[in-house]
Amino acid sequence: MSACSDKELLLHGLLDGELDAVNALACEEHVAVCPGCQEQLQRLRQLRTRLQAPDVRFTAPPHLRARVLATLAAQSQTGSAAPSSTAAQPVDLAARRSAVNADRAAQTAPAVPGAASGVGGRRRWWAGASLAACVVAASMLVGVGSVLFALRARPDSVQDQVIASHVRSLLVDHLIDIETSDRHVVKPWFNGKTDFAPAVFELADRGFPLVGGRLDYIGGKVVAAVVYHRRQHVINLFMWPAAGAPPQGAGQRDGFNVIHWTRAGLQLWAVSDLDPVQLREFRAAFDSTAAL
Amino acid sequence: MGDGLAGSAFAGLLLPHFDAAYSFARFLTRDPSAAEDIVQEAFLRALRGFANYRGGDAKSWLLAIVRNTASNWARGRRAAPPTTQEGLEEIVDETQISPEAFVLRQHEIEGIRQLVESLPEPFRETLVLRELEELSYRQIAEITGVPVGTVMSRLARARRMLTEQLEPQP
Repeated sequence: MSACSDKELLLHGLLDGELDAVNALACEEHVAVCPGCQEQLQRLRQLRTRLQAPDVRFTAPPHLRARVLATLAAQSQTGSAAPSSTAAQPVDLAARRSAVNADRAAQTAPAVPGAASGVGGRRRWWAGASLAACVVAASMLVGVGSVLFALRARPDSVQDQVIASHVRSLLVDHLIDIETSDRHVVKPWFNGKTDFAPAVFELADRGFPLVGGRLDYIGGKVVAAVVYHRRQHVINLFMWPAAGAPPQGAGQRDGFNVIHWTRAGLQLWAVSDLDPVQLREFRAAFDSTAAL
Repeated sequence: MGDGLAGSAFAGLLLPHFDAAYSFARFLTRDPSAAEDIVQEAFLRALRGFANYRGGDAKSWLLAIVRNTASNWARGRRAAPPTTQEGLEEIVDETQISPEAFVLRQHEIEGIRQLVESLPEPFRETLVLRELEELSYRQIAEITGVPVGTVMSRLARARRMLTEQLEPQP
């Protein structure tokens, strides 16, 4: 059985979260009563599951990351558009020796400790740092600084601050203070560190495994950051008491998406490089689990 | 000093997309070593062009540069031979050290990758940008320089080709 020919593209749009509310609803209603379209949508979902299996997407080899970073560092130090190959050469050799260190400093979004690799705890990323690693690390830190600075230049909105915190958590290898997928460990960890009880839920069965928690600093106060994963993406969920919070909203900046809402006396800000549709799915998963 | 700073803001905005750049280059070229060169070249070009970056989505901006660099490469040497040989050797190595389930999974992953790599170019890049990089139709349209409608039809076509391969119809 095949899908109705006039609905074919709509099914893809529905799957991709690209339909507006009216069309999405109409399409869902049609799928509910049309076995052919139902089957087709199911087929597309299965295809997506297979394509999005871990590791189908390639991961850059560490030596490449080290090499490119060394070249970029050399290039931006010379501060000109001179050909990179000559400037990069000396640093490049040092970078090879310390590829591991440079890579640590350089790893960003996908670099968070996975469920399996995280046992060792905090990494010793200054150990044995060589010249190149220092150059790279320094340029990364200045990078964070100037991102923060760029954000400061505008009115210091909460959205800007949570995005800056998200970026910082990815770049300086300080994503989590307490690393566990067990919410009964994460939640008590915050005891005495925050003056409110953060909302922590395991959402693995909804596709958002809990990774850990961290203290952060937003708007002049200590807040809780609870960290979730979606495939290789990181979601930072910041929360603090809701007093005076805007009810809800969403925004986007520099490729990061933000949604915020309030729930049970807390304001929640989710930040990620996930697309807005998946971020809304995250919120839905959080809210429905919280309501149980 | 201004250049140094720009280079660093650059790092904060673009390095999070390093894997995306590499993976996209791999699927475009189907050649691991070419993909490495392209990523390096693309990041250098991005650094030089950073002054012209007008804000907006950094990932799309970077992937457009990767795509550009890759198409220059392809023009330079047409139809590079696919690297199936290498892929197979990797799998054979892993059979010696890995539990069976792991190997099966590796085969599945390798199979899916090869299926994607077998798609004709416009369909392959559209599919990779949507399913693996999870970009919106609008972002894909910007990167590939075609209208959103074309993105939609290419995506539908790519998925149709893949589902037909995965479950051959009687």
